[in-house]
Amino acid sequence: MTNKVGGIIGWVDSRLPVIEFWEAHLSKYYAPKNFNFWYFFGSLALLILVLQIVTGIFLTMHYKPDAELAFASVEYIMRDVNWGWLVRYMHSTGASAFFIVIYLHMLRGLMYGSFKQPRELIWLFGMMIYMCLMAEAFMGYLLPWGQMSYWGAQVIVNLFGTIPVIGDDLALWIRGDFVVSDATLNRFFALHVIAVPIVLLGLVVAHIAALHTVGSNNPDGVEIKKNKDADGVPLDGIPFHPYYTVKDIVGTVVFLFIFALVVFFAPEMGGYFLEHANFEPANPLATPEHIAPVWYFTPFYTVLRAIPNPFWGVVAMGAAVFILFLLPWIDKNVVKSIRYRSALYKVNLFVFLIAFVWLGYYGVQAVTPTASQMALRLSELYFLFFAVLAIYSTRRSAGYYIMWFIIFVGLITLYDVFRNNPEIAELTWKTWIIPVAYLFVTLIGAAFTNLDQDKPVPERVTS
Amino acid sequence: MKNICKLICVVALVSSSSGWAAGGGPLFEMHVDVHHQKSLQRGAKTFVNYCLSCHSASFSRYNRVAADLGISEKNMRENMMFTGRKFGDTMTVALTVDQGKEWFGAPPPDLSVKARSRGANWIYSYLKSFYIDESAIRGVNNLQFPGTSMPHVLWEYQGLQKLAAKDDHHDAHDDGHGNSHASPFEIEVPGKLTPKGYDAMIVDLVNFLVYMGEPAQLKRQGIGVAVLFFLAFLGVFVYFMKRDYWKDIH
Amino acid sequence: MSEHVVDTGRRKMLTVSASVVGALGAAVAVVPFVSTMSPSARALASGAPVEVDVSKLEPGQKIQVEWRRKPVWIVRRSEEMVSLLNSTEERVRDPNSDELAQQPEFARNQERSLRPEVLVLVGICTHLGCSPTFRPELAPADLGPDWVGGFYCPCHGSSFDMAGRVYKNVPANKNLEVPPYKFLSDNVLVVGELDEGAA
Repeated sequence: MTNKVGGIIGWVDSRLPVIEFWEAHLSKYYAPKNFNFWYFFGSLALLILVLQIVTGIFLTMHYKPDAELAFASVEYIMRDVNWGWLVRYMHSTGASAFFIVIYLHMLRGLMYGSFKQPRELIWLFGMMIYMCLMAEAFMGYLLPWGQMSYWGAQVIVNLFGTIPVIGDDLALWIRGDFVVSDATLNRFFALHVIAVPIVLLGLVVAHIAALHTVGSNNPDGVEIKKNKDADGVPLDGIPFHPYYTVKDIVGTVVFLFIFALVVFFAPEMGGYFLEHANFEPANPLATPEHIAPVWYFTPFYTVLRAIPNPFWGVVAMGAAVFILFLLPWIDKNVVKSIRYRSALYKVNLFVFLIAFVWLGYYGVQAVTPTASQMALRLSELYFLFFAVLAIYSTRRSAGYYIMWFIIFVGLITLYDVFRNNPEIAELTWKTWIIPVAYLFVTLIGAAFTNLDQDKPVPERVTS
Repeated sequence: MKNICKLICVVALVSSSSGWAAGGGPLFEMHVDVHHQKSLQRGAKTFVNYCLSCHSASFSRYNRVAADLGISEKNMRENMMFTGRKFGDTMTVALTVDQGKEWFGAPPPDLSVKARSRGANWIYSYLKSFYIDESAIRGVNNLQFPGTSMPHVLWEYQGLQKLAAKDDHHDAHDDGHGNSHASPFEIEVPGKLTPKGYDAMIVDLVNFLVYMGEPAQLKRQGIGVAVLFFLAFLGVFVYFMKRDYWKDIH
Repeated sequence: MSEHVVDTGRRKMLTVSASVVGALGAAVAVVPFVSTMSPSARALASGAPVEVDVSKLEPGQKIQVEWRRKPVWIVRRSEEMVSLLNSTEERVRDPNSDELAQQPEFARNQERSLRPEVLVLVGICTHLGCSPTFRPELAPADLGPDWVGGFYCPCHGSSFDMAGRVYKNVPANKNLEVPPYKFLSDNVLVVGELDEGAA
């Protein structure tokens, strides 16, 4: 049918299959018709990626990756370059917006089981994108060469120094100097502007290609490809174009509205998107009183701080990110959507969310004894989410649940005894109740009630 | 709609607090108004006459300040610029880093973006917190920034104040809204200005510093309003377009 | 999808109007990005008018200042140099400065200047952008007996008289550019700015 197209498109199509591409990915790519609010964030992430690349290119035209000039060149952009302030605020706000959108996109995946068979690869590519974004954001944050840029980079690079044997040499190699310096700035600039974006774009292509191979999941977690009409079109599918293009355009406009609110009315976002101390030029001889990473890193930063030993802190932080990669193999339950998952799963996911946000909150606060105790308990909750999920994602006997309850409570108690410090003993045992209560509800609850019972999944998507 | 509300809540939550480090003394609060042009003009005048002799503002240009604050080129050249400076020059000072170190112990920092790193309230409080301290090198110390190496440049106007004797309501200032009635200071040598007059002078100066921290803010919000109106307008069109297409889906 | 009747006219109208409004917004959004590439405040400031004190300039002497990163020559011409301009009148291509872009209106006289004795020129050859040399002497060996003082471009041999007017039969075909300038006082002139009202 498509061979009949004439004109320029026909000429091109006979040399490059543009029409086939258009159909495969848009006009004849069938997406479930029941996408809800949560399904905006994929296309929004793509939009922000484009925004960051475009604004980044224009910033690169004026920025100077030189320790002597970097800070001044950013202020030059903010003042002397025509509209430079707008481009810079779009880029700085875009960085935070990217993480907001990506976190919501990942939460969507958790809620509707989008990482499960057959979409494991999509999830893995997505996690790699997330890692790249973290690297990209971290290196980009050094470029304004303010106090937070400098000391943030210093602290993070020193994390590599905690690795036994090779640590010091590794940190030295990353910095290219004995402290973060011009050499570090210059290489971070190269990585931020060229290397990581190329990898990122490749991963995005892989992420979308894998998605379009197996098809989109949806809020019901029903495979629409199982119910097709005579022409092989999924009964519950609708062409992505025009239906989801017009819908995503609405989402885009709403997003841009909120984005513009921040860019024009609160670009510093109270010191969270642009930290106040970063308006002080980098000074290798004076550490700011309070170093806080940018908000999107704070949950993992708190995990790091929750463990006193620097090396094991780094390991815990790395594990907190890495464990997300394993999710498709941790959660073996065939029911995808939270709509049909057990009450316990809902509780579990909710607690996980609270723990994540709360960890983030502690990451921007100064360390107090209470805060560091809570940081540890919340980190325990963070990891227990995955442990508990692995245990009851397939139904087991009551004895099995009780066994794991005892094991986990034992391990936590053992660690508390082992690390016990008389000064904070009371605090330790008061907060001990948090993970134990959580385990009691999720595991003992599963053993003696029907709260771990999933609901039947419908054949077709609802509504 | 409900979902959009959720999103806004997330945004609001993130923006709800600020992370400025407080100094040692009471933090007085002032109302910043960068759209008060007369105040900015007065502040600019104080700035070039008193601050700019030691502190630079090396990212700020005379011609930009003149244009933004409605000051004529003639007025700027005659009253606010040293001879030999060009109208498009940045506000640098002749003082070198080494001289600064020699004279003050530390080079006076550049003030271009100081209001963004310290915050308006901190600078406002700092300029009000000089007090007589015989043990300090310059005879004055600062409650907001103990051991500061800056002399009290505006003492002629404020006069000299000393720490008030500790009395029962000494702790009245730590509510964070410290006003003059809860001031930990009392005037020892009156200045040319009344406390109110000095306060107004400092407010103007800090207003100017806030403006200078980000000159684009004068027009940023106006442009923002236009952008939001446009997006709302576009939103209506795309919403009805979406609704029309989705009539097909049951 | 269904038997539901689509009002294609309405749909087309909505699609077109949403696209037009969206395209309009996109076009406006391009403006700030494009204008970041125009000269910044710093570039404009460094290209700002330059004040020059000509009190110490001897007759026959040339000084060079920089304006918008281009060399600008200021020559104090002797009376002889000015009077010799009559002799080149027939030998130059554009004696009356008819090429309007090459000078401000005030410089369309024989001397191509505000004051006969002070010549201000942009020192860039109108052929291919070399910077000509100042040759005030009369009849030097290398330039021949007809040379009455002027500017000679070593790159391709273009030559100009003592008012920057280009000779006939040389590669350059336009007179040297006279920049906008004005006198602040007897001895101080500003390059880059016209006298108000004289524009």
